[in-house]
Parts: sequence; C-alpha cells; structure tokens
Amino acid sequence: MQEQNSSFLTKVKRDKYLLLLLLPCALYYIIFKYVPIFGISIAFMDYNLFKGITESDWVGFKYFSMFFNTPDFWPVLRNTFLLGLYKLIFGFPAPIILALLINEVSKSFLKRFVQTVSYLPHFISNVVVAGIAVMFLSPTGGVVNQLLSAIGVDRINFLVEASWFRSIYVTTDVWQHIGWGTIIYLAALTAIDPQLYEAARMDGANRWKQTLNITLPGIAPAIVIILILDIGKILEIGFEKVYLLSTPATYETADIISTYVYRVGLTQGNYSYATAIDLFTGIISFIFIVAANSFSRRVSGSSIW
Amino acid sequence: MKPKWNWFDALNALILSGIVMACLYPFVYMLAVSLSDSASIASGEVWLWPRGFNLDMYQYVFEDGRVLKGYKNTLIYVISGTAISMIVTALGAYALSKTKMVMGKPILMLIVFTMFFNGGMIPTFLVVKELGFVNTIWGMVLPGAVGTWNLLIMRTFFMGMPQELEESGKIDGLSEIGIFFRIVLPLSKPVLATIGLYYAVGMWNNFMGPLLYLRDADMQPLQVILRNIVLSGQLTGTDGPVVGDIVVVEDGLKFATIMVSTLPILLVYPFIQKYFVKGALIGSVKG
Repeated sequence: MQEQNSSFLTKVKRDKYLLLLLLPCALYYIIFKYVPIFGISIAFMDYNLFKGITESDWVGFKYFSMFFNTPDFWPVLRNTFLLGLYKLIFGFPAPIILALLINEVSKSFLKRFVQTVSYLPHFISNVVVAGIAVMFLSPTGGVVNQLLSAIGVDRINFLVEASWFRSIYVTTDVWQHIGWGTIIYLAALTAIDPQLYEAARMDGANRWKQTLNITLPGIAPAIVIILILDIGKILEIGFEKVYLLSTPATYETADIISTYVYRVGLTQGNYSYATAIDLFTGIISFIFIVAANSFSRRVSGSSIW
Repeated sequence: MKPKWNWFDALNALILSGIVMACLYPFVYMLAVSLSDSASIASGEVWLWPRGFNLDMYQYVFEDGRVLKGYKNTLIYVISGTAISMIVTALGAYALSKTKMVMGKPILMLIVFTMFFNGGMIPTFLVVKELGFVNTIWGMVLPGAVGTWNLLIMRTFFMGMPQELEESGKIDGLSEIGIFFRIVLPLSKPVLATIGLYYAVGMWNNFMGPLLYLRDADMQPLQVILRNIVLSGQLTGTDGPVVGDIVVVEDGLKFATIMVSTLPILLVYPFIQKYFVKGALIGSVKG
C-alpha cells in the first residue's frame, strides 16, 4: 500500500506539467458537467431557491409520481418518442442513400459540387431554419401555399395545425443534416477495394447487384455505429427547433419533454419537478443506447464499446 | 472501356439535381425576395430573380438598430467564446493525448461519460445562476466552453504526432509545456482551424444559451433578435412573447434580416468547408 501510494505520488510529480495543462479542462467538466449531475438530487427534494440544496427537504419520488400522474405525461412522452422515431426512420437512411447516389457519379468535380452544396444547410442556425420554414409555409405569402393554390389545392395553415408539425420538423431535419451525414459513409466507401468491383463485373454483376453485394456490406460497420448512436438519441430531440417551430396551437403534437421541462421548470420555476422529468428521460435514453449497443454486438459484431 | 450513359445515370443525375436545388433554392429565393419591392412580392411574382430591385429592406434592417447591436453582441461572444474554448480544449486534449499520464484513462472515461449522461437543463441552469453568470458574458461563453466531441478530435490529432519530435524537444531541455507550445501547436494548424471553426459557428448559431442565461435585452445576440423579428414579427417594441399587439412585418424585411444574419456564414462557407469535413473525418476515426 505504502509502495503504491508513493509511486502514485511520483507519477503525479512526473506529470505535473501535463496535469497543469489539464486543469482548466478538468475544472470545466467538474463545474459544468459533474456538479449538475449531482444537482440532479433536487429531483428528490422540494427544492427551494432561497434554502438552497443543503437546506431543502427530501421528498423521495414525489415529483416522479407527480409527473406520471399528470395528464401531460402521456402526450409529452408520446410526442417525444414519435418525433424521435420518425426522425430516425427518415433521417437515418437518407444520408446512406445520398452517399450511394453520390458515389455512383463518375465525374469527380460534380461529386464535389453536390457534396459541398448539400453540407451547407448543416451550418445554418436553427433560428434561420425555423424562420425559413415559417416563411415558406405561411398561409398568405408562402411559396408552398402559392404552389398549392396554383395547382388548385386549398391553402393549408401548416404552422397552426397540429397534424402537420411532425412532418415539418422531420422534413427540415432531413434537409439540414442529410448532406453532412454522408461524410462518414463516403469515407467508408473510399476504403472499399476497387478490385472487388472488377471481379464482380467479370462475373456479370450489374450496378444494382454490385451495390447490394459489395458496397452495402463494405459500409455496414459505419452504418451500424451510426445507427446505435442515433437510437441512443431518440429521446434527445433538439430543443431549439421544436421550441422555435411550435406554437400553443400545436402543443398537442409538438410539446416534447425538453420544451415541457423548459416551460414548467424555467419559466414557471418548478425546478424539482422539471429535473425529475429530465432525469427520467435521461435514464431511458441511457438504457436505449446500452441496449442498442449490446444488441448490435451480439448480432453484427460491431459496437461502440 | 468507357462506361455508357444509361438510364441509371440519368435518374441519378435527376435526383441529385433535385437535392442540390432543395439545398440552394431557399437561399436564392430569400435573396431575391429581400431585394424586391413589396408590390412584386405581394403579387407573387418573385421566384428566382428580384423584381423591382431595391435595397430598402436592408436599409430598414440596419436602421432598426437592434440588428446592429445583436451583431456586436454576437461578435463579442463568438470571438471571446472561441478563444476560451480553444485554449481549454487544446490544453486538455494535449494532456489527455499522453496515454501514460497518471490517471489519464479514468479521467478520459469520466469525460466521455458526460456525452451519454448529463445533469440536464435545470441543474446546469442552477449552477450557472449560483456562479452569478446569468446576464453576464460568462453565461454565454463558459457553460459550453468544451465540446467533448471536439476534445476527442483534437486528442486523436495530437496522438498522431510523431513521437521523435517531442523526444528531440525533451533532449533540448523543453518541459511538457514548452513542447506543447513550441513544437506541437505550430504543427497542429489544420486541427486548430477545424475546431476553431466548429466553436465559432456553434457560438454564432447558439440560441438556447441566450434563451436560458440572458435576460437583458441589450445583451441579446443576433439569433434572438432574428427570432423576435422573423418568428414573432416584432420590429420595434418589447422583447419576450407578445400576445396582443403584433406588429406586422413585411416578408421582404424578414428575409432581409435572415440574409443579414446568415450572410457571413454563406460567404465564408466555400472557403472553410474543407476544414469542417476534415474535422468530421478525424472525428469518425475510431480512437
């Protein structure tokens, strides 16, 4: 024990400059990541802003059962889950398909042009994306409605009709991230041995067969990793865009856990209640990612850890 | 043998042109509308080119004053935030790239853990509040100072540095700090540019940060002002949710505001795009 202790201290002494360099970063993680993680304990308290964490009373699972019993529970959970699921169903395959299409282009400058243009929306802020969506879908001057009325369809007031919210959200999301998502698949595609294609051509495989039997298996590991990560993020839908696109009229389908937490927690000051809700979803997300990972390790052999 | 141009290529070209159009058209359209006169916009004549070209809308945007103030605030946050983020991230990533550093591995695992599990909105808000950072520039630049993904990208890059270079530095009597500043950093320009751009764009686009941590109207960055003008339709008047007296703002003006706040990214984008891609690629290499 003594021995180990002293060797630890000598190591610390040896690495003192490295540890010094690490210090600001470590402080950041302690203050802004780990203190909040311990701050989750307020979910089990009647947190009072004036009493602070140490003086507030413990109430156990009161706020959890309060959440499970509120009429908002099911709608909010369902909206979050469905929005995440639709995002996964449409947002996950889209970049794979685009990458395969780009890969089939033989002219390299065209390839680069398509890539460059499709990355662009990724760097536009959510406020601008929401702004574009609202403007384009506006019932009076919006392009989409002008188009609809030009072909003789009734104008739709997209933004106040709850039934349209999910489509709008998912469409803008695919638009924003489809190009950016292709990067990893295109990189994986370049790693495939071109000799495989030659051999396949010799055997008379057409392009569809080549894609099915060489290209897709070639990028399968990348596909699996991204899928696991995406499944883990099902409940973590970006707060910003939902907050910006939703209106009280569309809460029925648009109110998700993070916007609900913001509303009841920050604007109404129910800190403990909101934290309990957040913790509940955090744990479910965590279970999702662990389950997806172990499932994939068993089935396909690739996993993130 | 030249591959033949067949129906597949034609279909593919069609789909890809569709995607290119979908990605570019909104910007072309917004630019056209913002440069047209209101009569042409109202009659729906503007599709691709401005009709009745004028710069009035841009003049209004800048006369409003809030946009300029938002610009100033955003620039302050972007510059100081990126600087702080870069320093903290680079130092931390370098230390963590030394795999034999004492406690290196557990510390790294604790950091990666925060990618999967975190305190959430309210506890983080309370910490920022307790520190007295609400309504200060610190509330904007510190809570998101280190992006774990960026940290890992930098770490991967530093790990790829040739060991011999650092050893030669050590023989010349440099400490770890000296090696970092005089040998490693000058050789790391590509990764520094990449991560710096990630941080800068992230800060430029940040909306949730000011929503949570800034109450003072004078401190709001461009994104918040943009939202007030475009989504809430306020030109002048109070901030925050308006229920009753909504001022009607013309579409041309909204588009002009969007263009003004997005133009910097649109203009530099072709030049910085390759760095972004490089970063995404380093990040996807399994560490």
